[in-house]
Amino acid sequence: MERFVYLKDVVTLALDPEKCIGCGMCLVVCPHGVLRMNNGHARIVNRDLCMECGACSRNCPTEAVTVEAGVGCAAAVINTALGRDGSSCCCVIEPDKDSGGGGLKTSQSARSGCC
Amino acid sequence: MHYMVDPGLYALGNPDDQAPVLVTANYKMSFDRLREAIPGRNAWILVLDTKGINVWCAAGKGTFGTEELVRRVAASGLTQVVTHRELILPQLSGPGVAAHEVRKRSGFTVIYGPIRSTDLPAFWDAGFKATAVMRRKTFTMRERTVLVPVELVGTLKWSLVILPLFFLAGGLGGDAGFWAGMLQNGLFAVIAMLSAVVAGAVLTPMLLPWLPGRAFSLKGFVMGLITSALLVTLWTRGFSEPGYPTRMMAWLFIIPVVSAYLAMNFTGASTYTSLSGVRKEMKWAVPFQIAGGVAGVCLWLSSLLIT
Ligand code: SF4
Ligand code: SF4
Repeated sequence: MERFVYLKDVVTLALDPEKCIGCGMCLVVCPHGVLRMNNGHARIVNRDLCMECGACSRNCPTEAVTVEAGVGCAAAVINTALGRDGSSCCCVIEPDKDSGGGGLKTSQSARSGCC
Repeated sequence: MHYMVDPGLYALGNPDDQAPVLVTANYKMSFDRLREAIPGRNAWILVLDTKGINVWCAAGKGTFGTEELVRRVAASGLTQVVTHRELILPQLSGPGVAAHEVRKRSGFTVIYGPIRSTDLPAFWDAGFKATAVMRRKTFTMRERTVLVPVELVGTLKWSLVILPLFFLAGGLGGDAGFWAGMLQNGLFAVIAMLSAVVAGAVLTPMLLPWLPGRAFSLKGFVMGLITSALLVTLWTRGFSEPGYPTRMMAWLFIIPVVSAYLAMNFTGASTYTSLSGVRKEMKWAVPFQIAGGVAGVCLWLSSLLIT
């Protein structure tokens, strides 16, 4: 199976073993197998595979694992730099669309710049 | 256009008070995929209001989140419908949902299901346990290929502005006159730009794992370099013209940087790039692309003036 690795040593993922109670939630939610259980504590084993989705930190009951979550998307970075709403970059896993809504602030322009 | 499903509780088959509760987004395709994945089974489906956006994107934005889940559980009267206290969520909703908070606030335990809905039957039959493979987000050739049309549509707006400009400008220089110049240099410019789009938005996504480097810009640049080299080698019309070498040189600049830019934008569609990584990549890639693009366009324009 193809395994993709993005840039080396860039992600903001951190784990404080002191706080970890070994519940294993972070391992469950991680889509890239970044973490593994070791002696009752979670450990980062594939750091460069992390995409900073934030699922692990969101689901950690003790805030032992932390990450600056965001969508790794060039259009979002550009939009943020231009002062537009960067967060409305949609990750295009499948093309989707806001129907109705309409009133959502800058989503229109940001969306077209993104997908 | 209706891509939305009304949020709320739905019955699939004939679920009783023991039947599992599957949670999904109110994007129609998310809902349909879920239904179609478990034909003939009885389940409750709880549809969250994610404004018609799929699970993964909505989780990133927080609309598929703890708040909405807790609210929807209460609004649907789920505690009266089922006797158990478990919710099955797609794993990719993880960035938005804090399982421990959901339990605290609603009494329901979150069980994260598989990433692909097609794994649901196996997950179900294993007693709602996902294997390690079910928990990995892949980025296969197929998954990359279906994104290509989306990428192409993304380039359309700019292409409609830039291509006619190149085409017209092609007629300005040279001895041959406006129309002949347009058909020669302008036409080639259009072909060259289109090949750059193909390199960056079609070939790079498809050949992603085999292109060198980790940064998407680099992969796109290499693909563009190969494409431009091929194009310049194969295109021999107008070879004897004085502006020819400069003009071809221009395309050796422009095609790779356009391709690099488009490839860089593909990070948004990929399933493994981190924001920190994209920021780092852009720090060198964007100035490089701008410099290369400006140099290329200047070369090209000057080539039109050489007679
Ligand atoms: S941020 Fe996402 S990819 Fe990175 S370790 Fe956490 S869950 Fe895994
Ligand atoms: S979720 Fe937090 S407490 Fe649980 S294993 Fe992971 S790091 Fe440890």
